[in-house]
Amino acid sequence: MRVRRLGGIAAAAVATTALVTACGGGNSSAGGDGKVQLALVAYSTPQAAFEDIIKAYQQTPEGKNITFTQSYGASGDQSRAVASGLKADIVEFSLETDITRLVDAGLVASDWNSNATHGFLTKSIAVIGTRKGNPKNIKTWDDLIKPGVEVITPNPFTSGGARWNLLAGYGAKSNKGADQAAGLDYVGKLLANVPVQDDSGRKSLQTFVGGKGDAIITYENEAIFAQQNNQPIDYTVPDSTILIENPVAVTKNSAHPKEAADFLKFLYSKDAQTIFAKNGYRPVLDGITGFNFPTPPQLFTINDLGGWPKVTKDFFDAKTGLVADIERKLGVATEK
Amino acid sequence: MTTDVAVRPAPPPGPPGGGARARSRFSVPGGTALGLGSSVLYLSLIVLIPLAVVAWRSLDEGPGYFWRAVTTPDAWAALTLTIGASALVAVFNLVMGTIIAWVLVRDRFPGKAVVDTLIDLPFALPTIVAGLVLLALYGPESPLGINLAYSRAGVVLALLFVTLPFVVRTVQPVLLELDKEMEQAAASLGASPFQTFRRVILPNLVPAMLSGTALAFTRSIAEFGSTVLISGNLPFKTQVAAVNIFSQIEGDNTTGAAAISTVLLVVALVALVSLDFLQRWGSRRG
Amino acid sequence: MAKYGLRTIAIAYLFFLLVLPVGLIIWRTFGDGLQPVVDALSSPSAVHAFQVTLTVALWAVAANTVFGIGTAVLLVRHSFPGKRLLNALIDLPMAVSPVVVGLALILVYGKFAPVGGLLESWGIQIIFSTPGMVLATVFVALPLVVRAVVPVLEELGDEQEQAAHTLGASRLQAFLRITLPGIRWALAYGIVLCLARSLGEYGAVAVVSGRLVDQTQTLTLFVEERFQNFDQPAAFAAATALALIAVITLLLTKLLRPKG
Repeated sequence: MRVRRLGGIAAAAVATTALVTACGGGNSSAGGDGKVQLALVAYSTPQAAFEDIIKAYQQTPEGKNITFTQSYGASGDQSRAVASGLKADIVEFSLETDITRLVDAGLVASDWNSNATHGFLTKSIAVIGTRKGNPKNIKTWDDLIKPGVEVITPNPFTSGGARWNLLAGYGAKSNKGADQAAGLDYVGKLLANVPVQDDSGRKSLQTFVGGKGDAIITYENEAIFAQQNNQPIDYTVPDSTILIENPVAVTKNSAHPKEAADFLKFLYSKDAQTIFAKNGYRPVLDGITGFNFPTPPQLFTINDLGGWPKVTKDFFDAKTGLVADIERKLGVATEK
Repeated sequence: MTTDVAVRPAPPPGPPGGGARARSRFSVPGGTALGLGSSVLYLSLIVLIPLAVVAWRSLDEGPGYFWRAVTTPDAWAALTLTIGASALVAVFNLVMGTIIAWVLVRDRFPGKAVVDTLIDLPFALPTIVAGLVLLALYGPESPLGINLAYSRAGVVLALLFVTLPFVVRTVQPVLLELDKEMEQAAASLGASPFQTFRRVILPNLVPAMLSGTALAFTRSIAEFGSTVLISGNLPFKTQVAAVNIFSQIEGDNTTGAAAISTVLLVVALVALVSLDFLQRWGSRRG
Repeated sequence: MAKYGLRTIAIAYLFFLLVLPVGLIIWRTFGDGLQPVVDALSSPSAVHAFQVTLTVALWAVAANTVFGIGTAVLLVRHSFPGKRLLNALIDLPMAVSPVVVGLALILVYGKFAPVGGLLESWGIQIIFSTPGMVLATVFVALPLVVRAVVPVLEELGDEQEQAAHTLGASRLQAFLRITLPGIRWALAYGIVLCLARSLGEYGAVAVVSGRLVDQTQTLTLFVEERFQNFDQPAAFAAATALALIAVITLLLTKLLRPKG
């Protein structure tokens, strides 16, 4: 009799589950009627843009029979997932190094960046975000290292994307990398003003809108995204900042190379680039009008600083990197 | 005391006597071997083999590399913070978990059922939600005026939240099954409530208490999601080992990540084994 | 006096650590009334995440329950070489950070790993599909049933089982009639705990799920994704839903439990 009672619990639990599971039925799967399913693996921020772009693509003759599986997550996580077997036809990441990883793994052709835009799909710049109305009047890189100013930026070792932020300040203060000592001095002072180093860019944005800090270093598209979601945040484009470029590629082992290539072509179309612009990204195509993307007087790229492979090794190696060194010194200082 | 028999993990093979025939059938070697085989196979496929591969990977570049990977200042700081905070959290849980379980089983007050129902929630909540509400309550904008955010106290707080159910839920069922007659007997023989607790109840609870504590400790060592928000994740200050492991992976340093994980595993294993000894020693002493 | 002291300590502790945070979640969920919650939870993505979560959690709980009972009986009632080691190893999964759980499983069952590659050639995909997510969930929740059952099984002693054997009961009979009823509430606790942990797991599942929107997205992944997109109402609604599943399961076990 006691056992029966236990059985009752089990039955009740199963019944509840069955009920909930049954409620949600009616999900479509990939059909066999000439439809092709493409797998899109991307980093997290362009999700909203891609959802609209896919809808737009499915209105076109090439795209009407194409369905998509979509996966969004931290750029590095996504790249590693594809490298360890996650099915992908098209990949888009925040950092070039995340594509390089797949080139090394033999999953992306080594000439992926040979097109007109060098493999980059969208652009953005690093900006300084502040509270609504900018009460502390923070506008320049120098304002960020004033005593008592709290700056939010993610940990550059857990968030690959956050490296753009530090490199923006570094490049601006080192005359685009020419004066390394001055640049590193700046990064040291900047990090000393950072009270929180979240593990991802979006989390640090959450921390900032949650009330911590006076300023945040973030991407222009992130700041626009926050504003579009009614978050009270203003941003300033510094005079000198880094151009952020986000790469895209088709994988070598795609089961539908033609369809994947068609979609990639569509991503560079005026329609798709306009959708990206609406979501805060700077288009890589000329002639997309109606958006206000001021060009800072001194805009530099990662290549001005030596390119990703060199920068990654010199600055962000966990043991020997210059930024690791700075963090270490700061850590030891705060320890005492 | 007679309670010893019940507490001992495995009763030694009984003396030959009345039940000898039945007993021999009960512990048929074949049956045990089959059960043991499937149990170990299950554990191996899901846990041991994958973990062994991680440990193996940590030695990819030789023991020297392993040592350097775990003793870089940031990794070392994260490891010591994690282990220290976890130990603190384990001790806290041991005491508070037992008290809560006691109150939930033996005390009566309005709303008890509600509290009892809530105990498991820290498990079911996504860790980011836990981190977020803890930050809202005990962060810079705290309505209570308590700001623990971006400090080590924040790490401990988040860990206490996620590990709350362990000791409570392991001690509670034992307390429920516990015979009240023994306590009554002890009381009628003139033992004070404290003596009764120490001599009669506690020895019965110790195994469950320690087992819950061990779980809380091991869970704390690995926690990531809830601590990362409230700790502020400052390297050398509030970065826990799980996040440091993540930064190693992000830096494509799988070997380093595997090395730090292996250290955590060994620490956990040492803690588990010593608790096991403590438990045996405790139950023998009664 | 001591009674009130303990009660005060326990309640105060729980109030600040548990009731306030959970209350805040509920307040944030229902702050704007019921309608936004219903809307958020009835979106196709949320409903699908529900299904995935329940499928994964149920498989994981079922597997861990069978393993849990078997191993608990083994640890308490039998002696064999290496028992202490097995006992210690069972808790080990808890000590593995979620990221590493994912990494470890991929290293063994991933497409480019020996075992995973073999399975892949037979058409079985583990990682980045449901089996991998079940595996990760089983991994993190593995000790819970064992740990809930072992102390009660010890407390119970084996006199009754022996008596049953003496009277000619078979192993199975003795287990079903004597052991199982004896441990049933501990088992129920263990299952609830295991279910709660399975529902709430994020990190390990995230790594092996491939994060396919509307396919391998569990409720916790859904919560995370909604947070990322500043959709706090949906995130809190889904979090409350997870909490509710745990509460309902717990209430069921309590309601069915006889008094006294």
